[in-house]
Amino acid sequence: MLTKRIIACLDVHAGRVVKGVQFIDLVDAGDPATQAARHAREGADEIVLLDITATHEGRQTLLDTVSRTAKELFVPFCVGGGIKSARDAEQVFTAGADKVSINSAALTDPKLITAIGASFGAQAVVVAIDARRDPKATDPVRDAQVFVHGGRKPVGRRVVEWAREAEDRGAGEILLTSMDADGTRAGFDCELTAAVSESVSIPVIASGGAGTVAHFVDVFSRGKADAALAASIFHFGISTSRSLKEQLQRSGVPVRLPC
Amino acid sequence: MRVTVIDYKAGNLTSVLKTLRHLGAETVVTDGDLSLVESAERIVLPGVGHFAATQRLDATGLTGAIRAAIARGVPFLGICVGMQWLFAGSSEAPEQPGLGVFAENCTRFPEGREKVPHVGWNSLEPEPASRLFADIEPGEYVYFTHSYKAPTTADTAAITHYIEPFAAAVERNNVFGVQFHPEKSGATGLKILSNFLALGAERRSC
Repeated sequence: MLTKRIIACLDVHAGRVVKGVQFIDLVDAGDPATQAARHAREGADEIVLLDITATHEGRQTLLDTVSRTAKELFVPFCVGGGIKSARDAEQVFTAGADKVSINSAALTDPKLITAIGASFGAQAVVVAIDARRDPKATDPVRDAQVFVHGGRKPVGRRVVEWAREAEDRGAGEILLTSMDADGTRAGFDCELTAAVSESVSIPVIASGGAGTVAHFVDVFSRGKADAALAASIFHFGISTSRSLKEQLQRSGVPVRLPC
Repeated sequence: MRVTVIDYKAGNLTSVLKTLRHLGAETVVTDGDLSLVESAERIVLPGVGHFAATQRLDATGLTGAIRAAIARGVPFLGICVGMQWLFAGSSEAPEQPGLGVFAENCTRFPEGREKVPHVGWNSLEPEPASRLFADIEPGEYVYFTHSYKAPTTADTAAITHYIEPFAAAVERNNVFGVQFHPEKSGATGLKILSNFLALGAERRSC
């Protein structure tokens, strides 16, 4: 049976894993290669590494980090942050990533989705969408506003239509972050996740709002998510992907166990 | 041991090469140098993306060289599209023939019931006699990402269920294929690749 994926997310800055809220008070949390290997050993189904302060000067540092992290990692490995061109993506793939996550660059130039997919396969292109419900819209959920990562102004796209366009252009997966839920630990936005997941045929990874195991159960059932991103939850009482998955299994969610 | 990895410009070879080296193999890559196929001890054909990309194997003469290597008994492993290429063809690119070691055709998952592509970790039901799946237990998980699949036949080495049962792996004499990505499938995937690397030269196929 196809299982629901738990994806461990590492935020990196200048070659180190960092923890912090909204880019403030970043705390050093270790070496990305060590952390990724630990997550894989502890049951994560996939690893995402996000370069949260991607800069042009930091590109080589990121590539070195990707290369070191990929070396001993034998689960799918996705890298995001600062990928603006097919050339950027190619460098990240050559360093050892299996997938790239693109966000603002896809909004600026949607043809980039097709270009990367043509060379590396659609399965290698994850389009990340940050969305916030729009209370003024007829359908506040389906017409949630899309933002560029970390941005304050909406870009003028609606979440469902943008997700569908991304799929049509050859995206392999959607990484959907609810900006309303992100950081609240009050649960994923299941309505938003379901609206997107039911509108596309590619997998949707839910992100933002996780605080308890019940939130994951909810986003996999009511939210129709195919995978969920786990980041800060590991700092709040759930120690590993394995223990999260053991609890999910007891709630009837199909997961990869033993792992 | 040395493994000749075929590059036909379909996706990224980095993961496969890295994993084979991790398991102690020496790797050589060819995108057209037929002598590397002619002298091969083992051949791995990775590949993601579109079945039409296998046209490059015909254009470079690799198809003929691989066919001859298989006939000599060289162990061959096709991964993902590399497995599908072992069949007569695929409805993804009907004009492009496969190698035809297996007579059937690959087809797309039926639409409407579940998402297509099939992406994620799914469980295996290995054939007990399979050499590729030696010491792999029923129910172990591996990582898939594909929209087209091979039918189950007498040569199926492992079955997986998604929408319907399909061939997660094929095996006949020295010819092996896996629809999933063993290089991305954790300890289970490493064990499957180790099994392939441990095979002796087998008797001639077909």
